[in-house]
Amino acid sequence: MGSITFIEHDGAEHAVEIETGKSLMQIAMNNGVPGIDADCGGEAACGTCHVIVDGDWIAATGKAGDEELQMLDMTPDRAPTSRLACQIIATDAMDGLVARLPEFQM
Amino acid sequence: MNRTCIVIGASHAAAQLTTSLRQEGWEGDILVIGDEPHLPYHRPPLSKAFLSGEKTAESLPIRPAAFYQKNDIQFRQGRVTAINRDQQTLTLVGGGGESEQLSYDKLALCTGARVRKVELPGSDLDGIHYLRDMADAESIKRSVAEGQHAVIIGGGYVGLETAASLRQLGMQVTLLERGPRILGRVTALEVSEFYHRVHTESGVCIHTHVPVAGFSGNGRVQKVVCADGTEFPAHLVVVGVGVMPNTELAEMAGLNVDSGIVVDEGCRTNDQNIVAAGDCANQLNRLYGCRIRLESVPNATEQAKIAAASVCGKSSASEFLPWFWSDQYNLKLQIAGLSQGYDQLVIRGDRFTGRSFAAFYFKEGRLIAADCVNRPQEYLLSKRIIAQNLAVQPDRFADESVPVKELLLADSPVLVTVGGCSQTA
Ligand SMILES: Cc1cc2nc3c(=O)[nH]c(=O)nc-3n(C[C@H](O)[C@H](O)[C@H](O)COP(=O)(O)OP(=O)(O)OC[C@H]3O[C@@H](n4cnc5c(N)ncnc54)[C@H](O)[C@@H]3O)c2cc1C
Ligand code: FES
Repeated sequence: MGSITFIEHDGAEHAVEIETGKSLMQIAMNNGVPGIDADCGGEAACGTCHVIVDGDWIAATGKAGDEELQMLDMTPDRAPTSRLACQIIATDAMDGLVARLPEFQM
Repeated sequence: MNRTCIVIGASHAAAQLTTSLRQEGWEGDILVIGDEPHLPYHRPPLSKAFLSGEKTAESLPIRPAAFYQKNDIQFRQGRVTAINRDQQTLTLVGGGGESEQLSYDKLALCTGARVRKVELPGSDLDGIHYLRDMADAESIKRSVAEGQHAVIIGGGYVGLETAASLRQLGMQVTLLERGPRILGRVTALEVSEFYHRVHTESGVCIHTHVPVAGFSGNGRVQKVVCADGTEFPAHLVVVGVGVMPNTELAEMAGLNVDSGIVVDEGCRTNDQNIVAAGDCANQLNRLYGCRIRLESVPNATEQAKIAAASVCGKSSASEFLPWFWSDQYNLKLQIAGLSQGYDQLVIRGDRFTGRSFAAFYFKEGRLIAADCVNRPQEYLLSKRIIAQNLAVQPDRFADESVPVKELLLADSPVLVTVGGCSQTA
């Protein structure tokens, strides 16, 4: 069992256990990580689960899909490795992954 | 001294309120009382991915039991039947009918809304369903039979989503709307026409101007009978004619109720120890300058956060921008703002043949709402324009040669006054 770390904009870190097969959004919700609202419950409809995947980890998560990119493209906090956490499904290969939260969700 | 906060209702508002209470530093007990036999779960999929079979019941809980355990948030199943504000107690009736009194220091009303039922001849026949909770959705699912007729009564979002899901499951679907058009209360004619076309293309028979007069069948519904005598065969009926807020408890306790439990900007009722949030609450929306009761998950979540802060003695308020979404077939509708009272509609994209367009609602040249179908960029842009009250040029919105981002002029000034709102909740 590995872990992933969410880092809030103010620097607060939340290391949580990976739940394989669940989305990163759901894992954040399951652990009460503040800063991910997930209003739509993972339908890629709300944009309130934006995370910036740290460095090379984007290789493990994969890049954003088309619809997702359109949403991400509209936020000023967008970074090259931005993703919607609800669209990333956790795998064991993500042990050690770091995801940063933007200052504001969409 | 240990203090207790009791939350009545165990759904979207309660899930957020309890979480936020801990985040805001509430150290006392937290007890959630709900009458459904589940931890809070996502309600929107009930008419969408859960009904159509793409999502399982296991995927619906908002947070797992372990989360509540870890944060010391207790749940009890039962119904609260009375609140005694002087004593700060409430009456809880459990599943077996036994009743007990519980004391609270702070109380949060997250009682939500319930479906409006129709009372017509035959309306208690088997096979006539409503859709509000998991039990409803499961019993609809059990009645689904490929190739058989399903009749949906009411052309609002829940009715249309249900129609789409049942169609996807291979039923023959008829939708009866008594008004002149589907979505008549919530969108512009142009958007209604679009959804009418898409549903028709997908094989749903929509009949407007059709008031239902009753149901016939032998123990189980077989036909829906309309006012003009027309009959529609029905193996399964789903009635979706709106909801009403669960305010009786508040009313009996002498709290102010006016189409919803009346709360201030901190989600406080007129009792300093009682807050309310979600579908049951009526609050002033500062962006639109009017009191309104909203029925949406984002609103429940937002109000729950504010209510939790109030319970902890902090003051917090928000300029919440109402928003909503609806999934039907491969269409994702995202709605920003409240469109009531608009005086100009601008359409971007082809609503007659395509499956992607946006309808922008303006009032006195100011964007007040947008319905965006498969147009996430237009949706997010609209949210920003409305929330920040930015000045824009309505006519440019129709011009697809202008990229979405450029609809917002680099120097879009912030408009000064906030538009009043002619919303009636
Ligand atoms: C089929 C369907 C589809 C929807 N789709 C969307 C959508 O796409 N997007 C969106 O934003 N919203 C959608 N909604 C609306 C959304 O689900 C509601 O806005 C949301 O559930 C409101 O949450 P709430 O916590 O305020 O109340 P509710 O979800 O109504 O929950 C209130 C709970 O309190 C319980 N309760 C009430 N009184 C008592 C009492 N006295 N004692 C004990 N328990 C009590 C009720 O039984 C209920 O379980 C949909 C709703 C339905 C039914
Ligand atoms: S949870 Fe809504 S977009 Fe991810």
